[in-house]
Amino acid sequence: MKLELTEEQDMVIGMVRRFVREEILPLEFDLDPDADEINSEDRDRLVEKTKSMGLYGLDIPPEYGGPEIDLVTRTLLAVEMSQHRAGLYAPCYGTFGGAGLAQLFEATDAQKEKYLYPTLRGEKRGFFGLSEPSGGSDPARAIQTKAVRDGNDWVINGSKLWISGADRAQFGLVFARTDSDKGRNGVTCFIVDTDTPGFHVRRVVHTLRSAHYATELQFEEMRVPHENILGEVNKGFAIANDRLTRQRIPYAAGCIGVAIKAQEMAIDYVPQRETFGAALSTRQSIQWMLVDNEIDIKQSLWITLEAAAKAERGENFRKEAAMAKLVATEAGGRVVDRCMQMFGGLGVAKDLPFERWFREMRIRRIGEGPSEVQRHVIARELLGASLR
Amino acid sequence: MSIRLEKEWVELSEASTRLKGNLGVFQLADSAKNIIYIGYAGAKSVFGLKSEIAELSQTHSEATFVRWEVTAGYWSRYKELMMLHQFDYQCWPKNNESINLGRLSPE
Repeated sequence: MKLELTEEQDMVIGMVRRFVREEILPLEFDLDPDADEINSEDRDRLVEKTKSMGLYGLDIPPEYGGPEIDLVTRTLLAVEMSQHRAGLYAPCYGTFGGAGLAQLFEATDAQKEKYLYPTLRGEKRGFFGLSEPSGGSDPARAIQTKAVRDGNDWVINGSKLWISGADRAQFGLVFARTDSDKGRNGVTCFIVDTDTPGFHVRRVVHTLRSAHYATELQFEEMRVPHENILGEVNKGFAIANDRLTRQRIPYAAGCIGVAIKAQEMAIDYVPQRETFGAALSTRQSIQWMLVDNEIDIKQSLWITLEAAAKAERGENFRKEAAMAKLVATEAGGRVVDRCMQMFGGLGVAKDLPFERWFREMRIRRIGEGPSEVQRHVIARELLGASLR
Repeated sequence: MSIRLEKEWVELSEASTRLKGNLGVFQLADSAKNIIYIGYAGAKSVFGLKSEIAELSQTHSEATFVRWEVTAGYWSRYKELMMLHQFDYQCWPKNNESINLGRLSPE
């Protein structure tokens, strides 16, 4: 395994690092500490910059107009893009664009016309509706939202919880049970327009994370045409599972980026701060915190890059992605916690980003599959069919 | 649990003695208790709800009543209150600037 960056990787990463430091960090001086958006003038200006860097729409496949970037480089960029206050849930405030819902690249031509291309042009937004009040960790069994065929339509009833962005979306992917006897083979993915009668965003779900909030959805006799099925009837779980696995790598990368930034701030701070006549940096307890941070960061980074490399090679990366998600979210939490400790009172004040990172990092051990589920996935991969 | 802000309306003159420097959200109303402004006291407010409401009650001269909710999650709660107002009245409160938000249909 090669452990050095290519010249091209080094250049692209350097460009994004400068962008974060010169364009994003200065904006955050004036923003509310919990902000997840910048004003439209700044956004337009910065989008022009990312376009001129050739890095807009990073997750869009090249055949749809996105830049040609391998997954390892993409992961390293995600690490860079999260190194600011809002970086965990709003990296660079979305100025690098997004692919929307990657599952739509596998849609029919008519579905692409109606949903994918407008999303890539920034005209539509989508949401991903999988988790339910009955549980998010085991979606195959927890899904109780039901879809029943009626002529050329499907009638959907049920609810979803922890769904981000549904209140602003024009459409979403909704997973519903279409065969109650078949477990994971009885789930279908529907593309749902949010102006469909019976579609309701019932409330904002308030959590530790105030930015990029989640919502609760309810579907009442919501009729969706058969042609809005993404993929095939009863084959929706594979779509969900693929997304869950892929999402674990950028999810881990964001945690690593924040941990790197927190560690950098601590390294700057401890030589300046004195207690009992000596700089904090001379105290062994502080040095060991920095050492433990560094080890946490490096371990997480290498495991996450290995997962990205396997995914790039087209190999099965389920185990590595689960390990990356598990290790990076837990390590990120420890790093931010230690940095808060080194900063003392300032560490818990909203003047500095640690308190926001601390709150948001705690969610990371639960979101996209909690640590316990990641361990279960890893064990299943190790033990094979005997655990399935 | 209601998602609407259902605290009692308090006259602004009385509120100044009851408000503290907490983070939170608030609504200002005219003498007929029509909501005219929804705001929040975030971490940039020097004395939280106390200073934010004092300042805004000067700006909005018809403001007579206020009600508030102390919450560290002011950012998402503010957006929720704005979306609820939009659902109830099909418009933003008259003294709020138009903002880009989603939509709720709570019932």
